[in-house]
Parts: sequence; C-alpha cells; structure tokens
Amino acid sequence: MPYPAGDPAVQLSKRVPLFEPSDKHYGSGVDLAMRDSRAFLKRKSAVKRVNSIVQAAFVLLACIYIWIPAQAAAAELKVAAAADLTFVFKDVAAQFEKQTGNQLKLTYGSSGNFFSQIQNGAPFDLFFSADISFPKKLEAAGLIEPGTIYDYARGEIVIWVPNDSKLDLSKGLAVLLDPSIRKIAVANPVHAPYGAAAVAALHHDKIYDQVKSKFVMGENIAQTAQFVQSGNADVGIVALSLALAPAMKTKGRYVVVPPDDYPPLIQAAVIIKSSTNKELARQFLKFIKQPDTVALMAQYGFTLPEALAADHGSTSAPH
Amino acid sequence: MDWSAIFLTLRLALVVCTAELIIGTPIALWLSFTRWRYKFLAESVVALPLVLPPTVLGFFVLVALGSNSPIGRWYQSLTGHGLAFTFEGLVIASLIASMPFAVQPMAAAFSQVDRNLINASSMLGASRFRTFVRVIFPLSISGVVTGFVLSFAHTLGEFGVVLMVGGNIPGVTRTVAIAIYDRVQAFDYAGANRMALLLMAFSFVTLSITYSINHRVWAVSPMQR
Repeated sequence: MPYPAGDPAVQLSKRVPLFEPSDKHYGSGVDLAMRDSRAFLKRKSAVKRVNSIVQAAFVLLACIYIWIPAQAAAAELKVAAAADLTFVFKDVAAQFEKQTGNQLKLTYGSSGNFFSQIQNGAPFDLFFSADISFPKKLEAAGLIEPGTIYDYARGEIVIWVPNDSKLDLSKGLAVLLDPSIRKIAVANPVHAPYGAAAVAALHHDKIYDQVKSKFVMGENIAQTAQFVQSGNADVGIVALSLALAPAMKTKGRYVVVPPDDYPPLIQAAVIIKSSTNKELARQFLKFIKQPDTVALMAQYGFTLPEALAADHGSTSAPH
Repeated sequence: MDWSAIFLTLRLALVVCTAELIIGTPIALWLSFTRWRYKFLAESVVALPLVLPPTVLGFFVLVALGSNSPIGRWYQSLTGHGLAFTFEGLVIASLIASMPFAVQPMAAAFSQVDRNLINASSMLGASRFRTFVRVIFPLSISGVVTGFVLSFAHTLGEFGVVLMVGGNIPGVTRTVAIAIYDRVQAFDYAGANRMALLLMAFSFVTLSITYSINHRVWAVSPMQR
C-alpha cells in the first residue's frame, strides 16, 4: 500500500503543518488554508465524539431489546369475535378466567373480514361469527376442526337513536324516510352480517333506494354503533346486543326491526383447524354452552336460536 | 392502558428502525453516489410508500406473504406458520412502509458530503468501507439520526398497513394505533384518549430530540461546511 492506512481525517490533519502560516502573512490566502486546517482538526475530535454517540446508542438499543420481553406465544386463547360480542364477551371472558384461570385474547371485527383473514392463515383458535355462512364456507374449505360448529345465538337488528333525537321510532323502518335525517349508520353489508341484514330489511320494506344515499358505513357493527352513539350519524341500524350494552343503553332508545324482515342471523362459533390450543378452545365452547353463560348472553339479547325460533313460532332453518 | 400494545409497538418500532439502518444505509449510499442514468426510477420506488395509501401497501404485502405466494410458502416450510398476522410479517410490512422515511434523509445527507473529502480519503488509501465509516458517516450523522428516528416514529404511528397485515391480534399484532381504534369502537373513549395522548407525547419528544440534534442545540454532530 503506497500510503499508510489509517484514519483519513487524522492523516489530513497531520498534513496541516505544510500550510502553517507565519504570523506575518495572516489575512492573506494562507489564512484560508489556516482556517481549513482548523476545521480539519475540529473534525477529528468530532469524529471521535460521533463514534462515542453511536456506541452509546447501540448500548441503549441493546438494553431496550432486553428490557422489552418477547410475548409468550402459547397459553392464551386467541378468539376472533364478531363485533356484536364486544360488550358481552368482556363479562364472559372475565367469568371464564375466574372459573378456569385461562385468559382470552379477544379481537373484534366484522365476520367477513375474519373469514378472509382466517383463509389467509390468521392464527386464531376460535371464530365467533355473526353469520353461520362464514363458518360453513370455512368448513367447505377444510379450515376448521370438523364438527365443531356451534350455533350460539340468533342476532337481531334494531333502529337506534340518541336520547335527544325527535324521531318517532314507533314507525319502524319507515322512520328512516324522515327528511330531518342526514346520516344513517349501517354496517358494511359486504362483510358485516348485520349490515347485510339491515339492507335486506330495507329492501323488504321497499325503502332501500330512498335511503341509501344517506348511508355511512361502519367497518363492523361496533363501529356503526359508535357512529351513531357519538352523534355523528342521526340514526343507526345496529345489533340488539350493542343497544343493550351499558355504554348505549343509557344514551339512547331503540326499536327492534321485525325478525321476519330479513334472513335469520344465525351466529355460530367454530374451532379453527390450525389452532395450537384446541383443548382450551373446546373448553371455552363448553363454557359458552353452560346455563349461566347462556343466561349472561341472554342479558345482552343473545338468545339461543332454538329458543328464539320457538318464541316466534317459526322454524326457519339455518341456511 | 393497554401495556402489551405499548410494549409491542416499541418493540416493533425498534426492530424496524434498526433494520432500516442496516438495509437503508446501502440503498441511500447507492442512491447518493450512483451515476446510473435511470436512478430516478429507483428513487421513485423508494418513495412510493409515501404516496401510496396504506391499504394498497397492506394488500400487496398480504398477498405477497400469504400462504398462496412463493414467499409465504417458503416461510411456512421453514417455520411451520405463515407470515401474515404474525409479528414477523408486521416487521416486513413496516420495513417497506417506513423505507422512504429512513432512506431519504440519509441519501440527502450522504450526497451533501464534500466530494473532496471522499476523494482525499481514497487517495490516502482508505477502502470504500473505511471512507464510509470514517468520513461519510460522521459527516452525515444528523441525516442518519433523522432517518433512524423518522422511521421509528413512523412505525409507532403506522395504522393501515398494520391493520391489514397484522389483523389486530392482542399481544401479537395489536399496536397502540390499532388499540386506540379498538377502544373507540368499544366506546371506551377514556382509554382511547389516554393512549392517544401517550402516543402524541412520545412522538413529540422523539421528533423534538431529532430536530434539536439537527439544529445543533447540543453539539453532538460535527460541523459541516
């Protein structure tokens, strides 16, 4: 190597004496060279300082990596739950934890969204769908534990308005035609079963075309309820289970949409085939079938499909 | 306060910004020094995540990592589980999403280094790597710090991509931004508010530190001519 290797900045600074001016020439072109050389000298110490900062940063990073523990992968049950379960499952999970000591990791969303996520390999153990068609489709695709589909309830939709609303709910769905209404909150019918039910009911009453321009679509039924509960929409078509939740019960009133106006919303739970926690998943399904859990669910408007069918005197089979 | 979401977000952001430093630096170097005529194409690709909606990015990543893609299948054969809806998948998606935030400040800083110093370093026999470590890197430290911190802060606040690729699974892919969304949907405005304030304060502090370093409030980076 022709030149000794080393820190170029240092080497450059070593050459500085070549430019060392005598005091007499100060202020001439040599002055510039002098300033240059000083800049180089400064740079040398700066390089060291930067290095120590970088080192300190790496030590800090290493500490943080150790400090933040990696999440444990197993032991908890990962449940994908339809958004209408947002409130009841808080109580159910607490009860389950109290009885068995096992924790639930709950994710709420629209059933259609979970359906496509599970198809793409989402690592859920259990799927509580607001519409049995999604578990059925997963079954057809071989993605669920055979024979685990369990109809836990039949969902109902209601028209919900805030307390200060002047709308007369006794008119039923026809109230949506009221000209004072600017926005109607509805769940996205493409992937949220409650949205599909709302649209079906509107079609049944032949007012869909008149009101569809006023729709604001929630990604799932909980977001839809949030739109109207927060006063951003004037009226919403939401799940009965949400209307009965503490956060909404005191803030507004509702009227149930006649269940014959839309195809039944049979809700079903299923164990996912890729689950690594099937024993616990089965245990939770068993827990859901226990009488006290059924009673708890009923407080939120989730009645067993058979009971409801008996109530209405009709025996519409799940499609 | 959802502490598991907070720790998860911090972990994700730290992993991503560190990886960004390792992957982004060579890219930024190449962008600053290449004389390739069509380098603008590469620059556009790097900047794409800035202008694309997160849904587009999320969708592409989801498809690319899903169990029907070659990458997804390869990963599945290695580890036994897919990439989508896992922490690893989130890291990859966030890496792509925050790439411009890391690469652009670094590339800008690299290209502002005085070429004479780089040439001098080579003339004195330093290898390219050594020139980078001892000359280019120290002189562009503020750009590197900016890139590092911006990618960190951006990952903290990323929402759309994380929602699409991660799928909101508690303790695995539910970051603070998604936990807030979740809280709002559950009418838990107080909880959403607490986490939103925390995120805002944290982001403010992070950015303030970066800008203070850049504006030389404290002398931690060398003078540039």
